Amino acid sequence: MLSYDIVIVGGGPAGLAAAVAAREAGTESILILERDHELGGILNQCIHNGFGLHTFKEELTGPEYAYRFMKQVYDMKIEYKLNTMVMDISADRVVTTMNKTDGMNQIKAGAVVLAMGCRERPRGALNIPGYRPAGIFSAGTAQRLVNMEGYMPGREVVILGSGDIGLIMARRMTLEGAKVKVVAELMPYSGGLKRNIVQCLDDFGIPLKLSHTVVDIEGKERVSAVTIAEVGPDMKPIPGTEERYTCDTLLLSCGLIPENELSKSAGVELSPVTSGPVVNESLETSIPGVFACGNVLHVHDLVDFVSEEAKRAGENASKYVKEGSKKSGREPIKFVATEGARYTVPSTLDVDRMDDLLTVRFRVGAVYQDSYVSVYFDNERIMHNKKRIMAPGEMEQVILQKKKLAEYPDLKTITIKIEKD
Amino acid sequence: METRELTCIGCPMGCQITVELEKGEVKSVTGNTCPQGDSYARKEVTNPTRIVTSTVIVRDGDKPRLSVKTKSDIPKNKIFDVMKDIDAAIVEAPKNIGDVIIDNVAGTGVAVIATRNVAKA
Amino acid sequence: MTYDCIIIGAGVSGSATARELSKYDLNVCVLEKGEDVCSGTSKANSAIVHAGFDAAEGSLMAKLNVEGNQMMDELCADLEIPFKRNGSLVVCIHEEEKGGLKELYDRGIANGVKDLKLLDKEELHKMEPNLADEACAALYAPTGGIICPFMLNIAMAENAADNGVDFFFNTEAETLKRDDDGIWHIRTNNGEYKTKYVINAAGVYSDKFHNMVADKKIHITPRRGDYCLLDKEMGGFVSKTIFPQPTKLGKGVLVSPTIHGNLIVGPTAIDIEDKEATATTAAGINDLIAKAGMHVNNLPVGRKVITSFAGLRAHEDNHEFVIGEVKEAPGFIDCAGIESPGLTSSPAIGKMVAGIVCDLAKPSKKANWNGKRKGILNPSEMTIEERNELIKKNPAYGQIICRCESISEGEILDAIHRTLGARSLDGVKRRTRAGMGRCQAGFCSPRVMEIINRELGIPMEKITKSGGKSVIAPERSKAGKGDE
Repeated sequence: MLSYDIVIVGGGPAGLAAAVAAREAGTESILILERDHELGGILNQCIHNGFGLHTFKEELTGPEYAYRFMKQVYDMKIEYKLNTMVMDISADRVVTTMNKTDGMNQIKAGAVVLAMGCRERPRGALNIPGYRPAGIFSAGTAQRLVNMEGYMPGREVVILGSGDIGLIMARRMTLEGAKVKVVAELMPYSGGLKRNIVQCLDDFGIPLKLSHTVVDIEGKERVSAVTIAEVGPDMKPIPGTEERYTCDTLLLSCGLIPENELSKSAGVELSPVTSGPVVNESLETSIPGVFACGNVLHVHDLVDFVSEEAKRAGENASKYVKEGSKKSGREPIKFVATEGARYTVPSTLDVDRMDDLLTVRFRVGAVYQDSYVSVYFDNERIMHNKKRIMAPGEMEQVILQKKKLAEYPDLKTITIKIEKD
Repeated sequence: METRELTCIGCPMGCQITVELEKGEVKSVTGNTCPQGDSYARKEVTNPTRIVTSTVIVRDGDKPRLSVKTKSDIPKNKIFDVMKDIDAAIVEAPKNIGDVIIDNVAGTGVAVIATRNVAKA
Repeated sequence: MTYDCIIIGAGVSGSATARELSKYDLNVCVLEKGEDVCSGTSKANSAIVHAGFDAAEGSLMAKLNVEGNQMMDELCADLEIPFKRNGSLVVCIHEEEKGGLKELYDRGIANGVKDLKLLDKEELHKMEPNLADEACAALYAPTGGIICPFMLNIAMAENAADNGVDFFFNTEAETLKRDDDGIWHIRTNNGEYKTKYVINAAGVYSDKFHNMVADKKIHITPRRGDYCLLDKEMGGFVSKTIFPQPTKLGKGVLVSPTIHGNLIVGPTAIDIEDKEATATTAAGINDLIAKAGMHVNNLPVGRKVITSFAGLRAHEDNHEFVIGEVKEAPGFIDCAGIESPGLTSSPAIGKMVAGIVCDLAKPSKKANWNGKRKGILNPSEMTIEERNELIKKNPAYGQIICRCESISEGEILDAIHRTLGARSLDGVKRRTRAGMGRCQAGFCSPRVMEIINRELGIPMEKITKSGGKSVIAPERSKAGKGDE
């Protein structure tokens, strides 16, 4: 059986950054497994700009950002296999792969980094009634067709969901000569960045209808019209508010789901909130030696944070390979997200294993203005940071100091919540 | 006196900013909650600019399209002129990130450059 | 050329009949208005092989249901398609309605259903832990099963074609009449077809053709059934097919595992006018979820739904299969009103209809008929060694195209190049399951399009979801100015 110190599942931004970091931390034997025919992952089709402001202090497009990491992987001569699907990961870290040249192969991994990314929520999960004709695409599929393959999914477009991919595609389709008639958003707020609302919709006079959803799709062969309606506080359509748009295309941008089929097959414990693995401070899952980072762990808003998180996963995987699991024997501290905070990554903390600083990321469940992010060590509030605005579309973070935690040797729970004052 | 309504893009607040203009001169900015909003609004009403990203047709490449961007901001009202030039461009592989695809797009003085590598097929 | 027999419709009934007729020295063809077999009623149903206790004692429906059920094991083995007798339960949730189960039991026995058993509450909950607490008794039918309706339909048609039956797709029968020599002339959008015998297996349109030639008119109501298909994660939610007690509107909303490991919930029963109106409605889906939830605990609907769809049952006013030659139209044989349990009955329907033709035409049997069909390989059932052997011989089996269902390029190539091969995304999907998983083709559709383009030479801009105007990506960007 082949064996590598670290096997990284996925050659997108998370996998690449993890590989580079693991090599920099001194691990020689690394293998990246990528199912597509090139490295870079979904960034290759994200040809718009806005990536890398945190990481590189300049604004890059998706392919440019990906290439920065690909180049490092090439320069460091890190091994990778393309067109290779991971079929299974076992609890004892045997990774089964398949491709045309090697057939099915089993690889023994000293450590595994899960970096499979996420997928789009399909129409079925949204329960949109109507016909099922051609012309209904998830926004990402349309993005691939337009940006990589050079095909137009249609000419007259309605978009459901105002996540960033939907907004970006509104602009892309417009620039390519299509007419985007409306963007409907079920929630009373957009999950997308303000900048994208202005520069992808307002710039082109595309209306954004909040608290609206699709209530009918017409067209037996190809989409011919879409009807949207306003929804009430119960998220149910309000009769009489229907508006019908003739169109040939409906794009769906209604959320992303971490792609954890392989994690499940390995027996990794998943969070019901994020649909990603439950991890400790080292981004290690419930299976020792299996780490997770990027959108497979929790869906990120900015790729810069993916890279940063993946770097930690790569470093920790390297450390695990060298030193094994050094548990302190002490019961780990549990994170509790409540009162507005939906989850935290990580979920547990072993102070002895943490670096000097630990970034804890989370998301809020609603829009909060002039509120506080509060951190409690058991019952004592030790952080109270005022934020002018927090929204579900953006990731929040708090940074914990090892020095401070050392003052609380019996700490059981760290609670993160949103407080009005 | 002309007034313009804007949504600030600085942060998720998305302040609704009102700018009063007279003969193209900004007279007042209201509705913003921070200085960022003020400077954004002034630029946006007097000289709005954008980066344009798209693709061009590439021949003999390992991919049918090459992604491109304007090397720097172009005036917002030139977006569709820029797209006209981008749509008309046809290039030959290979192309690498940073290669100039169009020198001076739509007379803006800005170049359109490749944002990924396309090898020869 | 004059055919001996023309079948209108390549659904399960038409295809089963075609396969049965292919055993004889007859020139047979099938006219199908869709671009593929299994394009109408046969493609959207509960995918259940019914035991046969529902239909009225003595009815044709009851007879063919039980016969069809019994034929299924051998047929599926011959055609290499998956079939499982997972058993079905009719669950009673009101003490006072328990008597209805006994009635069903008695009817089942009269219909010839084997191994029926009445279960008490304890036995029942032991068998299906996720049943609602109210479930107090059930009728258990071990002969009930689950099957893939696409595969059954496609496999029967393929096998018929391999044995010499012609299939004409995108060919819609419009009118038909019998000339003085007793030859039937069928006018279609693709010219005229002539035949001695014509079989009306036109699904929801079977009344139209019947009424063109028969004195005694029939009326088919398209009865819409909405369904939800749930993620494979939920495939083990129940192991048996769970029915409520039947009402006069039908067998009610079932909850069942599918042969491929998903969970299916449905159908509603909504009578409509439009014979093409397969649009789901919010009311229909909500009704469905509410009803399904009455018999099981915590049905995981909501985000576990991967797709919802609607099918149309060809409901004849008397709720009975209409099979037989129309007396005043010699040579015109009905196979009409085929609604549930039509899928189950189809092998028996095919046999019966073919029998009617044979009684009239008295053909001889073909010497070289081959009733076996090579199925599309399912590499996921192979060992690693077997799979590696396969990939070495044909590397396309090493390239996964559909990540959700783990479907390789090899399987897709087989689906495209075999008899009556796939020409559209749905054609590939129904033969291989590529695109039928939890991402619903978001990932694989551009990749499958590329394969169809490469293998069949269909331009990308012309590739359809399911024929006709269902084009996926109608044009190139940049107007394709520099594209070859």
